[in-house]
Amino acid sequence: MTERTGRTAPSGPTLVIRGGTVSDTTGERRADVLVADGKVASVEERIESPRGAVVLEAEGCIVAPGLVDLHTHLREPGREETETIETGTRAAALGGYTAVVAMPNTDPPLDSAEAVRNVQELSLSATAEVAVAGAITVGRLGERLAPMAELAGLGVRLFTDDGAGVQSAGLMRRALEYARGLGVILAQHCEDGSLACDGAMHEGAWSSRLGIPGMPAAAEEVMVARDIALTRATAGRIHFLHLSTAVSIEMVRRAKAEGLAVTAEVAPHHFSLTEAATAGFDPLFRVNPPLRPASDVEAVKLGLADGTVDAIATDHAPHAPESRDLPFDQAPPGMLGLQTALALAVSELDLPLQRVLALLSWQPAALVGLDPIGGGGQGGPIVPGAPANLCVIDPTATWTVDPSALASRSRNTPYAGRRLTGQVRHTVFRGEPVVIDAEAQR
Amino acid sequence: MSAFPTHLLSMEDLGPEEITEVLRVADSFVEVGRRANPKVPTLRGRTVATLFFEDSTRTRMSFETAAKRMSADVLSFAAGSSSLKKGESLRDTVETIEAIGIDSVIIRHSSSGVPARVAEWVDHCVVINAGDGWHQHPTQALLDLYTVRQALGGGDEGLARLEGLRVAIVGDIRHSRVARSQIAAYTAMGAEVTLVAPSTLLPPSLEGWPVASVSHDLDAVLPKADVVSLLRVQSERGSGAFVPSLREYTAGYGLTARRAAVLQPDALILHPGPIVRGVEIASDVAELPAALITDQVSNGVAIRMAVLFLLLGQGPAGGALRD
Repeated sequence: MTERTGRTAPSGPTLVIRGGTVSDTTGERRADVLVADGKVASVEERIESPRGAVVLEAEGCIVAPGLVDLHTHLREPGREETETIETGTRAAALGGYTAVVAMPNTDPPLDSAEAVRNVQELSLSATAEVAVAGAITVGRLGERLAPMAELAGLGVRLFTDDGAGVQSAGLMRRALEYARGLGVILAQHCEDGSLACDGAMHEGAWSSRLGIPGMPAAAEEVMVARDIALTRATAGRIHFLHLSTAVSIEMVRRAKAEGLAVTAEVAPHHFSLTEAATAGFDPLFRVNPPLRPASDVEAVKLGLADGTVDAIATDHAPHAPESRDLPFDQAPPGMLGLQTALALAVSELDLPLQRVLALLSWQPAALVGLDPIGGGGQGGPIVPGAPANLCVIDPTATWTVDPSALASRSRNTPYAGRRLTGQVRHTVFRGEPVVIDAEAQR
Repeated sequence: MSAFPTHLLSMEDLGPEEITEVLRVADSFVEVGRRANPKVPTLRGRTVATLFFEDSTRTRMSFETAAKRMSADVLSFAAGSSSLKKGESLRDTVETIEAIGIDSVIIRHSSSGVPARVAEWVDHCVVINAGDGWHQHPTQALLDLYTVRQALGGGDEGLARLEGLRVAIVGDIRHSRVARSQIAAYTAMGAEVTLVAPSTLLPPSLEGWPVASVSHDLDAVLPKADVVSLLRVQSERGSGAFVPSLREYTAGYGLTARRAAVLQPDALILHPGPIVRGVEIASDVAELPAALITDQVSNGVAIRMAVLFLLLGQGPAGGALRD
């Protein structure tokens, strides 16, 4: 197994990841990892480099399964000036991700077989696996169901109208029932339109003082409550996107205790920023759901610590630089996330790295069926024969976020100048070293 | 010289000393306004531009009159016919205006925070907030304070009587930039502010607001009020959905003749205008001697002259020296 085989496909260089600590679902152990032909060839305490092998130094680093983002806006097709599959997956690779779930709110939206196939084909040369999510309703208009069975046949595992919630309880009930027979997951962007109205930030002390129309926490919470009731009623399966309030987290905690098929993700900005960031009216800090008070931030962290929350998902949402020059209430919501998520989790959460990796890699992989049990090659474990989707993390390295140095086509990170701990050194996607020493290789 | 801020963005940026300074400087400009030729050379050679992205005849005329009485050159930027309509961004518009050599921009915008953002973009131009969204309208609050001080005897005596004054702000506080500025202005000068409104027209949170009390009972507040400051029901901002009907609003919160009769004899009635007669104020109440609505308008010019003087008029090239 130590010789390059010379086979043409699947190929890729032979790699030795040397000196690190392997961390996956089975625990942590000091080991070198040999990668050949796109797969993990061996995991041993000491592996001699075969002739011609690329050596990736991992001294002091953690060798983990590649990260899996459940919530990425790649913007292609339709808004290629803000992000493309190529630039978005390059940012993903630099962030340690080897798979991203691409949200369907593109233009056109991913609500048809043609649209899904198009993104799948565009993703063939990407530097991370792109798992295409489909829309729940045609045009994401919340009026009638998209052809979910047909899209499931193309490999779509997650459906969402993200950017908007499905407003009609009756339609959501039908969607949950229909999805049950397809083995797919519905993911809800919880935002009741009649409560959110034109709210541009969290409704509370800061919105009142700044005179910015707010959206109340209840706009999120009523839809979480409704969908838990619908999940119970339909014996359905629901995933809650980017939960942000203490009450939402508590409802999920209780639904899980009850045994309902409910999962939840939170975004890094909801555990690392508060509504106070909007004080300067800078649209960089406009996001849906909005930044919340510190008490909600604490509840999100607690939900991550106690297992209520299943995944950290970026909600990576690129926007053109000129949108930052719009008035706060007219600017599009959303912020970049792929290159800062891991470091924010390491820096802001008081969790062991193994738990952070569970939230960023194998739990989201399993949630959406990208793991080996679901037939995929993401989320580990790192054992011989497994597809080589790996990241190497230096958990103690510190770095400063520089928007102009990000690989994304957009620059809208709210963390400019922030000093973070935890850096991705190398990323291996299907055996290819797409990131070496924090540099994208293509 | 006091620590007067570089820009006038929010009443919260002004402390009692700065407010007092504005009021005292305004005294001299009120005097100028009474002259046969009400013009001074203070801002000769300076250029100010009004950028009104939201219609407002009254405030724009007041600012432009103030600037002209100080001999400034005044450019009026009409957002409706501007390059913004052609797709130019707000930031590019502002940077163009600054490049032309404008000393000060007076901005009105329907979105909260626009003057604050513009202040971050400019290098030397002085930004004056003429009303942004629901956020702030500082010169309105300053002219209200000036008008009350004048009615209380003017000068230092009137100023001293602001302390402990009981002010009721009545109406659509939720959507009101005027109310947010008034609350900061009155409380900075030691007045006690009571907000009177149906719950739907109050801000969602009053956490950190320096108000003494909140009431839903105008009849209980009026006999104890020294100043009643009414706000317009802003139906164009969707206030309509916040009360069942204007009729019901007037029944609960309108200053009718019957309600005006229970006011203390020396109580003052203010309204930032434009007034909607028969809704927040009865027509005959608006004509009472206690109603200072036209004084507010005329004092507005002097207050804006004072603000321009303090921001731009310090020395022959005050604005340029701020770099």
